[in-house]
Amino acid sequence: MIETKDLKKIYGDHVVLNGINETIQKGEKVVVVGPSGSGKSTFLRCLNLLEMPTSGEVWFEGNNITDPKCDINKLRQKMGMVFQQFNLFPHLSVKENITLAPIKLLGMKKEEADKKAIELLTRIGLQDKADAYPNQLSGGQKQRIAIIRALAMNPDVMLFDEPTSALDPEMVGEVLELMKELADAGMTMVVVTHEMGFAREVATRVMFIDEGQVKEQNTPEEFFRNPQNPRLKDFLSKVL
Amino acid sequence: MGSILDRFYRAFIAEERYLAYIEGLKVTIEISFFAILIGVLIGVVIAVVKVSSPKYQGKGLGKILLTVAEKICSLYVTIIRGTPVMLQLLIIYNLIFTSRDANEIVTAIICFGINSGAYVSEIVRAGIESIDKGQMEAGRTLGFNYVQTMGYIVMPQAVRNILPALGNEFISLIKETSVASVIAVSDIMKNAQYVGSATYDILPPLVIAAGVYLVMVIGLSKGLEVFGRRLGQSDRN
Repeated sequence: MIETKDLKKIYGDHVVLNGINETIQKGEKVVVVGPSGSGKSTFLRCLNLLEMPTSGEVWFEGNNITDPKCDINKLRQKMGMVFQQFNLFPHLSVKENITLAPIKLLGMKKEEADKKAIELLTRIGLQDKADAYPNQLSGGQKQRIAIIRALAMNPDVMLFDEPTSALDPEMVGEVLELMKELADAGMTMVVVTHEMGFAREVATRVMFIDEGQVKEQNTPEEFFRNPQNPRLKDFLSKVL
Repeated sequence: MGSILDRFYRAFIAEERYLAYIEGLKVTIEISFFAILIGVLIGVVIAVVKVSSPKYQGKGLGKILLTVAEKICSLYVTIIRGTPVMLQLLIIYNLIFTSRDANEIVTAIICFGINSGAYVSEIVRAGIESIDKGQMEAGRTLGFNYVQTMGYIVMPQAVRNILPALGNEFISLIKETSVASVIAVSDIMKNAQYVGSATYDILPPLVIAAGVYLVMVIGLSKGLEVFGRRLGQSDRN
C-alpha cells in the first residue's frame, strides 16, 4: 500500500533520513519507535509529503506521490493523519471540524455529513459535544475528535505522529483505546509513539529508526524479547 | 484681535464658516474610507504573495511568477515605508496627475491607498503568521489544497488578530490625510487654513480642526473597542 524507495531527507548538511526502503501492506499496524531526533516523525511526515523528501520516492496505492505531476491533495484524502498537538480548528465547532472536509472535498450533503459526524461522535461517546468548541474539551477528547475527523474522510491508512505525547497521563488511555479499536477494525496504521505497551499489544510490526535509518524491525514479541542491534538494546533498556 | 471667544466666534459661527469644516470633514472621511479599502485590497494580496512564496514547492512558471511577484511586493513595501507620505503625494500628483482636470480627491485616495497598502500588508502578514502552522498541516492532510486551507482554516482565524491592528491603521490614516492639503485638497485641514486667511487669525481654526480630528479618532477608537469586545466574546479559542 505504501512503499518508500531510498527515501532521504537532508536539511542543509544535517541528514535526517538516510535512505529508507520500506513497504507497508494493507492491514498492517506498523509502530515506529526510536530516540528523539532519530527521524521517525520526519519519516512519517514524508509518507504524505508534509515534508518533501530530498530524494527517493514514496508510492501510495500504485501512485508515485513524489512525482510533481501527481495530485497529492486527492491522495491525501485517503491518508488520514493525527498530530501530537491535535490541530483541531478552534474557530469551528466539533461537528464542523468533522464535516468541513467531507462537505467541501467529497461533495457530501450537509445533512449526510452531520449524520455521519454524529455517528462517529456516538462511537467515541462524545455526541453531546457536537456543538462545543475545541477549547471546551480536554486533551483526550480533542485527540479522539481529531482521530474521527480524519476517519470522516474514509481513509485507507491512518498516520499517527506521537498522538499521546501532549496528553496528561490520565488521558493517554482513552486515546490508545480508540486507536486499538481502529486497529481491531482492520485499519492500516503507521504510528510513531513512545508507548511501548501499545506497540507490544497492537503492532503487527515494530520498527526501530535511529540516525535516519531503520536499524531493526520485527514482530513485537521478538522485537522486545530479543533485540539484536546494540542501539536498540540501549534504547529499550532506557524506555522499558 | 478681541477676546478668545470672539476669535472662535469669527472662526466658526460667523458667515456660516462651520460649513467649511463640515465640507472638509466630508472630504477627509471620503479620502480615509476609500483609501483604507484600497489599502486592504493591496495589503491582502501582498501579504498572501509574501507568505506563500517561500513555501511554494512547485517548479517552473508558477515558481518564477511567484518569485517575481514577491520581489515586486518587497520593493513596493520598502519604498512606501521608507519615504514620507507627503513626498509620495507630491510625486504621484505631479508625475501622473498633471493634466488640468486631475481630481485632487481621487489623487489623494489613490496615494493614501497605495501608502496604506504597504502597512496593511505587514499587518495581514503578521496575522497569518500568528496562526500555528499545525493548522495549515491539518488542513493539507485532510486533502485541502493551499488556497482552500487558507480560505477555510487559516484566514478566518487570522482575521481576529488582524482587525484590531487594522483599526489602528485606519486611525493613523485619518490623521495622515491632513497632509493632502499640500495638493490643494479641500479637506478639513485645508479648509481650516482658508478660514484662517479669511479672518486673518489662523490659530482658532487650527484648534477647531484639531478638535474635529480628535473627536473622530476618539469616536473610532471607542467603536473599535466595542467591536473588539464583541469579537472577544465570540472568540472560542
